[in-house]
Amino acid sequence: MSNELLEIVLLSLRVSGVALLISSLTGIPVGAFLGLRRFTGRRLLVALMYTGMGFPPVVIGLFVYLLLSNSNPLSRLDLPFLPALFTPEAMILAQSIIAFPLVAGFSMAAVMAVDPQVRLQVRSLGATERQTVLAILSEARLGVLVSVIAGFGGIISEVGAVMLVGGNIAGRTRVLTTAIVLETRKGNFEMALALGFVLLGLAFIANLVMLRLQGRSIEE
Amino acid sequence: MNTPVYRIRQLLKAYNGRRVLQIEHLDIQRGEAFAIVGPSGAGKSTLLRLLNFLELPTAGKIYFEATEFSATQEVPVEIRRRVTTVFQRPMLLNRSVWANVHYGLGLRGQHNATERTLAALEKVGLDSLKHQPARTLSGGEAQRVALARAMVLEPDVLLLDEPTANLDPYNISLIEKTVQGLNHEHNTSLVFVTHNIFQARRLAQRVALLLDGQIIEVASVEDFFENPRDPRTAAFVNGETVY
Amino acid sequence: MPKLTPNHTLIFLALLVLLTSCALTPPTEGPASETLQGQTLTLATTTSTEDSGLLEYLLPDFESAYQVSVDVIAVGTGQALQLGEDGNADVLLVHARASEDEFMQGGHGVRREDVMYNDFVIIGPPSDPAAISGLTDAPDAFKKIAASQAIFVSRGDDSGTHTKEKSIWAAASLEPSGDWYLSAGQGMGAVLTMADEQRAYTLSDRATYLARTLEGTDLVILVEGDPILFNPYGVLAVNPNKGPQIKADLANAFIDWLISVPTQEEIAQFGAEKFGAPLFTPDSAPWREK
Repeated sequence: MSNELLEIVLLSLRVSGVALLISSLTGIPVGAFLGLRRFTGRRLLVALMYTGMGFPPVVIGLFVYLLLSNSNPLSRLDLPFLPALFTPEAMILAQSIIAFPLVAGFSMAAVMAVDPQVRLQVRSLGATERQTVLAILSEARLGVLVSVIAGFGGIISEVGAVMLVGGNIAGRTRVLTTAIVLETRKGNFEMALALGFVLLGLAFIANLVMLRLQGRSIEE
Repeated sequence: MNTPVYRIRQLLKAYNGRRVLQIEHLDIQRGEAFAIVGPSGAGKSTLLRLLNFLELPTAGKIYFEATEFSATQEVPVEIRRRVTTVFQRPMLLNRSVWANVHYGLGLRGQHNATERTLAALEKVGLDSLKHQPARTLSGGEAQRVALARAMVLEPDVLLLDEPTANLDPYNISLIEKTVQGLNHEHNTSLVFVTHNIFQARRLAQRVALLLDGQIIEVASVEDFFENPRDPRTAAFVNGETVY
Repeated sequence: MPKLTPNHTLIFLALLVLLTSCALTPPTEGPASETLQGQTLTLATTTSTEDSGLLEYLLPDFESAYQVSVDVIAVGTGQALQLGEDGNADVLLVHARASEDEFMQGGHGVRREDVMYNDFVIIGPPSDPAAISGLTDAPDAFKKIAASQAIFVSRGDDSGTHTKEKSIWAAASLEPSGDWYLSAGQGMGAVLTMADEQRAYTLSDRATYLARTLEGTDLVILVEGDPILFNPYGVLAVNPNKGPQIKADLANAFIDWLISVPTQEEIAQFGAEKFGAPLFTPDSAPWREK
């Protein structure tokens, strides 16, 4: 049993970890771009992103499901970037999409909270456009970390989308949340509670690690 | 001495159709200390931002030596890096004192210029605080770090926007002496904005009065204070309200 | 007769007071249905009765006849029984005979009646890689699926269907495991979808499968008719000693209504029009004696 539990925990961490990496690598630059640049269409993009932040994850799961389903002609082409349904990769795809607007939105807010004068100062010291963005992200690092934590919290605890696209297959796509649903359905409340505490613990540890990293970066 | 580092021609800056700065003709010489005085809202800070290429002109041109800067023509980063500004607020980054002073060198790929960084900190008397987080400094210390951060880049032009406003006499004097040293020993051109006419008198070789976005008078420091041509200059020098 | 500890006596007395006060408040002289009026019955049932549309078809009659409402909690049989055991439901409609008997023996229920049955079918892709089409012996079919390592999706949720599946594997003397055996831990609907996507075999109750054919599915029935695939449903009244929230009278009324001949006739007709064949066969004691 403990072996099975370990497997579930490791898979949850792998799926959400990779998804978080993908959404951070895309969401932080997009958030910085939206926070620092003024261009036509920006307000529409920001509105879309805020919608995405409040979008029901299970609907994203549904879209990913339909995208990957055999009934969709696209999936028959065996495109290399489209994973198969009921695989960890399908769950990573769904979770990346769920976390992306959270990371981008909170990053944008963090970047916009930095004193605009910092931008002038950094540019005045000779920073290129790219160096300016990096400096502002560095000034906003606490907020950017919060955006990553928000993304992690949004996906590690998400159940609907991973149930749909992962299928909750034992030993293959069963993660903490879907296992909790299953054990509760079985009336196996002790196991469900144990899994629940592991999930709570993981979220707590993740936050502690982030806070430690943040403390270190200030002391540098 | 009579080589202009800046030549300003028919310069216009407007925000949302409102004119904030209009200068037909102004040269600033290499190695000179040039003061811009005037009441608040006259466009002094806008002029400094334009001289640092931080904003584009609405119309007209600024030549930095042979390089043109206009609404449609940004300057390359290598040129931009020969000018830097110390603002009224020090705007230190949320890092250590040492990392702040070293920051501009890092931008230029000079990651190993440890000695220059230390020397700059010594010049402002803060080498003992190099490991402190910048946010723990007092206002005067922070502004001295900001000055060291600019000096370490050895700019051809140092722009200063009210650098000693709100500071105590000790820090004012330390900053003025350091800036003067740069001007005398390294031939660094200084363009500084101040509302303090005594500071202009102490540091500048030439002074310009800016009123409502326009230059009223440019003169040597002696003529400006002893022999003003424009009655508004005389009034400003005498501490009266001018429009 | 279990011994009454002081604790139990206290609870019993409290219940008695509560019940009598409840019973005395309204001036009650009318038929039973009037005292039940306005109450809400909590029915825990397996997903199959809900998914097939049977409850939606039957319950409005009961609700209007008795002027009550019924809350349906559709879950796996395992959780349905647990809901009863914890006193979170008044009546259970499930299909796992062994577990039901255990429930009664454990003193969690006070009444159990046969209701109806349907049957399970082994379904799979038309290509039938394990070549089980037409077999009449379910364990034999499972043996061939295991031997060919064709993908099989299991409910894996301790539901009645899962329990049935495990009994068939046991009858085949096999312990399924390996890459081909997917334990989904989900409801019948989700498992049918997965089997469809994966072109896999699975065990389904006929009602849910037939309902799915209306939505469109590639899966076809390959094995049916083996007596082991027989799937009886029982209805159980939860023991009122679980707490004052248990509506024992209403639960009894519901069971009487469910096994009555008119309701059983309704069950016999359900789905005939839509699917071309009835989904459930009535099997209550009054129906058998009819």
